[in-house]
Amino acid sequence: MSTAEAAEGTRRDFLYIATGAVGAVGAAFALWPFIDQMNPDASVRALASIEVDLAPVAVGQAITVKWRGNPVFIRHRTPPEIEAAKKVPLDDLVDGDARNANLPERAPATDENRVVGGKENMLVMLGVCTHLGCVPIGNEGDYTVLENNVKMGGWFCPCHGSHYDTAGRIRKGPAPENLHVPQYAYISDTKIRIG
Amino acid sequence: MAEHERVEFKNPVARWFDSRLPILSLAKGHVIDFPTPRNLNYFWTFGGILAVMLVVQIVTGVVLVMHFTPHVDFAFDSIEAIRRDVNYGNIIQKMHTVGASMFFLAVYIHIFRGLYYGSYKPPREVLWMIGVLILLVMMATAFLGYVLPWGQMSFWAAKVITNLFSAIPFFGDSIVTWLWGGYSVDNPTLNRFFSLHYLLPFVLVGLVFLHIWALHVPGNNNPVGVEVQSGQDTVPFHPYYTLKDTYAIVVFLLLFAAFMFFAPDYLGHPINYAKADPLVTPTHIVPEWYFLPYYAILRSIPDKLLGVIAMFGSILVLFALPWLDTSKVRSANYRPVYRQFFWLLVIDSILLGIVGSNPPEGAWLTIGRIATAYYFLHFLVIVPLVGFLEVPRPVPASISAAVLPPRSELRAAE
Repeated sequence: MSTAEAAEGTRRDFLYIATGAVGAVGAAFALWPFIDQMNPDASVRALASIEVDLAPVAVGQAITVKWRGNPVFIRHRTPPEIEAAKKVPLDDLVDGDARNANLPERAPATDENRVVGGKENMLVMLGVCTHLGCVPIGNEGDYTVLENNVKMGGWFCPCHGSHYDTAGRIRKGPAPENLHVPQYAYISDTKIRIG
Repeated sequence: MAEHERVEFKNPVARWFDSRLPILSLAKGHVIDFPTPRNLNYFWTFGGILAVMLVVQIVTGVVLVMHFTPHVDFAFDSIEAIRRDVNYGNIIQKMHTVGASMFFLAVYIHIFRGLYYGSYKPPREVLWMIGVLILLVMMATAFLGYVLPWGQMSFWAAKVITNLFSAIPFFGDSIVTWLWGGYSVDNPTLNRFFSLHYLLPFVLVGLVFLHIWALHVPGNNNPVGVEVQSGQDTVPFHPYYTLKDTYAIVVFLLLFAAFMFFAPDYLGHPINYAKADPLVTPTHIVPEWYFLPYYAILRSIPDKLLGVIAMFGSILVLFALPWLDTSKVRSANYRPVYRQFFWLLVIDSILLGIVGSNPPEGAWLTIGRIATAYYFLHFLVIVPLVGFLEVPRPVPASISAAVLPPRSELRAAE
């Protein structure tokens, strides 16, 4: 083989490249099962939904239920908490999106949009800080409401200092998003199904 | 170097074996005869100490696995059973957990030694970069192992650290779900962490092998920072440094034993003796002491993505250090200005550690921000500038010239 021929590319070069390319694609396909096996398995994906009776949750009381391995906060808000949340101009919010799985994606983060069915007294949201996933502490932080010298509403994440207001919206600290509202619906006046 | 030199062994069996697999020649060239600068101080013994620590961690780890159950319902109890029921289990388990702390103590001293004596400068850049890679794999291994006892700190460390990846734009949430194998840290997470925690130490062994290989091409740096020029500058590794290293290892093991026997939990957190609860985050979560500076950097930046980038950047910047340092002089002994900034960096790193152990409020937040800014300022601005502006002290012509008395004195002594 002369050098001039080699520079233009021979049939042998073509075979080398073609073989190498098929080998690379094959290796990539072979790799996929080993990557995908780490994704949630069938038992995890079999999406569990839970039903929660809200009747025993008194005004000013909060309960935590477990859904998909994560805590869900359900808080029966007092009127001053709702009032405080409503008074906040949307321009003051760090995250302007409602983050409500029951609403369109870009819905504004008004207090009404943080709940379902206009039931503003019942705030239901994932108790997972949108910063790094810790569980925020209720009735803490800079955005609580003082009622009879008792802190009401608002959440504070102890891990990295994120403050959420009485509607679970991020106001201060490193978290980028409001606490997420999961998919849920009222199946009766006082009962919800999450998931 | 003695890379391909074949030694003619007197013993016929050794000669027969070595001519078929020259591993004896290799050992003689690289462990026994290896020409090593004659002036290495005790800071150079930490390589040997680290090798011992890696072996300690692997041996104790293999033993612990014989008694550990990687399941969310049993992991915590099986660790308690190791401490109470398994013969000598309390010692072996403590050796492993305290060993992790000692491993990091030694590696940090080793790294700061490299920073002081300019061990990252040509021709040792690849050696240095493999070292940074070793640090990263060590950190991953330590984190994965910390999760296995499934205490409260274990669980929340797993959650927070894996959530760092959620800062990645667009794919973040999918990556985190993939890491967890679910919608939260749960049994699949514990299982895969266990698998990887067993794998990575052996990756470390491979990296350490490359680290030593890259070291044996140019040979050791030394406190004077000039290259070896003649046989007079070196001594054989054995017995001079095998024994010096052994002495240092024994002293280091004394410290290790002191912690292990008298204060095994001093470096840990009591809350990790409570079983993991996915519904309650401990009020004050902090990582182990060896991760505190990075944690402080993460928390000092009020933006999720930038915080994560800064945290990883604090280590990644070390990869670029050989090219950021513009000074031709290696050892800080001859760099009066750099030497002061070196100690400021040491203080800054300790300060970041203190900040990381305190809640992110009030003055700590401000101090953390200043310390974080200074950390990056050191590597990205001060180190390049000092290299240009500083007038180094005259560097000795050779190691011997620096550490041996002048010939006239030698003659007078005779």
